[in-house]
Amino acid sequence: MLAMNYRGPYRVRADHKPDPVIEHPGDAIVRVTRACICGSDLHLYHGLVPDTRVGHTFGHEFIGVVEEVGSGVQKLKVGDKVLVPFNLFCGSCFFCQHELYGNCHNTNAQATAVGAIYGYSHTAGGYDGGQAEYVRVPMADVGPMVIPDDIHDDDAVLMTDALPTGYQAAEMGDIQEGDTVVVFGAGPVGIFAAKSAWLMGAGRVIVVDEVEYRLEFVKRYAQCEVVNFKEVKDMALHIKKMTDWMGADVCIDAVGCEAAGNTMQTITGVYTMMQAGAATVLHWCINSVRKGGNVSIVGVYGPTFNAVPIGNALNKGLTLRMNQASVRRHLPRLIEHIRAGRIDPKAIITHRVPLEEVADAYHIFSSKLDNCIKTVLIPPRANEVRAVKASTQAAIGNGAH
Amino acid sequence: METSKETVKDVVSGNDQHDGQHAPGEHDGHGHVGHVHGAIAPRRPTRDQLQHIQGWGADLDRKNRPGVPMERTPPRFINAPEHDPVPQQQNVEVLVSTERPGRTPLFGTVQPPSGLSGMIRRGAFKLSENDVRHWLLLILADRVNVVEGIGQDLAQGRIPNVLGEMGIKAELKHNPAGLAKKVAIGAAVIGAAVYLMKRRDEDDERARYRHHRNRYR
Repeated sequence: MLAMNYRGPYRVRADHKPDPVIEHPGDAIVRVTRACICGSDLHLYHGLVPDTRVGHTFGHEFIGVVEEVGSGVQKLKVGDKVLVPFNLFCGSCFFCQHELYGNCHNTNAQATAVGAIYGYSHTAGGYDGGQAEYVRVPMADVGPMVIPDDIHDDDAVLMTDALPTGYQAAEMGDIQEGDTVVVFGAGPVGIFAAKSAWLMGAGRVIVVDEVEYRLEFVKRYAQCEVVNFKEVKDMALHIKKMTDWMGADVCIDAVGCEAAGNTMQTITGVYTMMQAGAATVLHWCINSVRKGGNVSIVGVYGPTFNAVPIGNALNKGLTLRMNQASVRRHLPRLIEHIRAGRIDPKAIITHRVPLEEVADAYHIFSSKLDNCIKTVLIPPRANEVRAVKASTQAAIGNGAH
Repeated sequence: METSKETVKDVVSGNDQHDGQHAPGEHDGHGHVGHVHGAIAPRRPTRDQLQHIQGWGADLDRKNRPGVPMERTPPRFINAPEHDPVPQQQNVEVLVSTERPGRTPLFGTVQPPSGLSGMIRRGAFKLSENDVRHWLLLILADRVNVVEGIGQDLAQGRIPNVLGEMGIKAELKHNPAGLAKKVAIGAAVIGAAVYLMKRRDEDDERARYRHHRNRYR
């Protein structure tokens, strides 16, 4: 099959590799019809995530059609069109039993510091991802969700990670009516976090980034205020001035370890890897939020350590909340929002690229070329989905009549 | 576009306590400005002022927020199995965190450790995740693995198209000026390095000549 193939920092290509096979009775093989490049894939692409092996296929945001199921799969059927949450989880461990599906303890042998994630290095379990024609999907009866007929494929693929992560970011901020919410990062997750903040009753939403076209987009899409941090001398001071010297009620980090905006952080966190990424946005969050406020972190950082002003967090009495999104539990509510027209996820997609051109797609997204916000990769066999579906429907139709 | 300055202006215009440009009590040369009249408190817009926001308040009620409370059991929205998954059969080498009692019932099997990078990874997995050396060794293994990857390509008779893998086609199409700049900088750096090396060789040659001449004088 054709699959994205990691060759080293800033180097990927589309390559042929063996098709995945059923390795466990609970597995399914899914033919991918759409796969996104996530902002967090860029941390892998830039070589920042430990145990990212050459030959690995990235991709934790994908949808597809079930091609094959293991002997233990009872609910999912061949031909089902599914969205697959980026977390790979068992549904039975202590954490899954508490709806912490992103923190499953039964699927990642290689680390306890993170749950299992499709195509996200061996630190996250060593499973190939969905930027390929086919992908192995373990626990097929638990993780994947059959896509409702009225949900567009482009919306569905964004519900595998970006939308629920943005929503959970706002949710973890425990937003109260009228709160001022500052979202750092105008990438897909930041955009959805801003949108979700309004759903939760924010009184004011401010998005901070340095990329003009993204700020333009989010201002229009999420009806929010924007700040370009390149035009601001001191971020925390600026937010204080914007909020009657109080600070924001809630600050959201939707950037993570490759934040720009502080040269020293960039040198120590990105170029020399002396810490687990640049903690610039963590600083801004802690120092910009008001006393007693909430900081919500969904930006991804590495497993070692970061220099953050934890003393300020203590002395200000902050609540810091963070996690990988527990995607599956957010899906029903997010589908309601989409159906009600409150949110239109697919509007953020700017690029649709054949899987064969994955190297260019990564470069465009990484370097923010061509006003790129969200890239969807289309595998060569994606169009077969419609043919299969049509034939399946014909078979069902013939059987029914 | 409307950016920070205008945003600040918008905020300031609605602020009845101070001008937003000065810290409370700060002097602006035209008399004191920014005195705090009463306690500082955040302003909250009214619901009427927010009605134009699409979907505003749909999840204001916490009952509508699926992640509140953060932990709840029994789990919703999934077909929760009653028991842990049956153990997956192991056919390839899988490294296991020392912070676990053993392998997980399910595990990834792709790209098993191999070569020199595999040896380094095995060493890393003798250390706990709590030990920073575990992670630093894995990063070292990743870099070694990149060289191994080039070696594998060459061994298979394939010369890796490094520039293509880095997306040069997209760079050429969408950022030709940037590409030209990078090429110019690269050429300048290489040119400077060549010049310095050449000069060093010439200096060495002169030194050798002087030494030789002095010796036989």
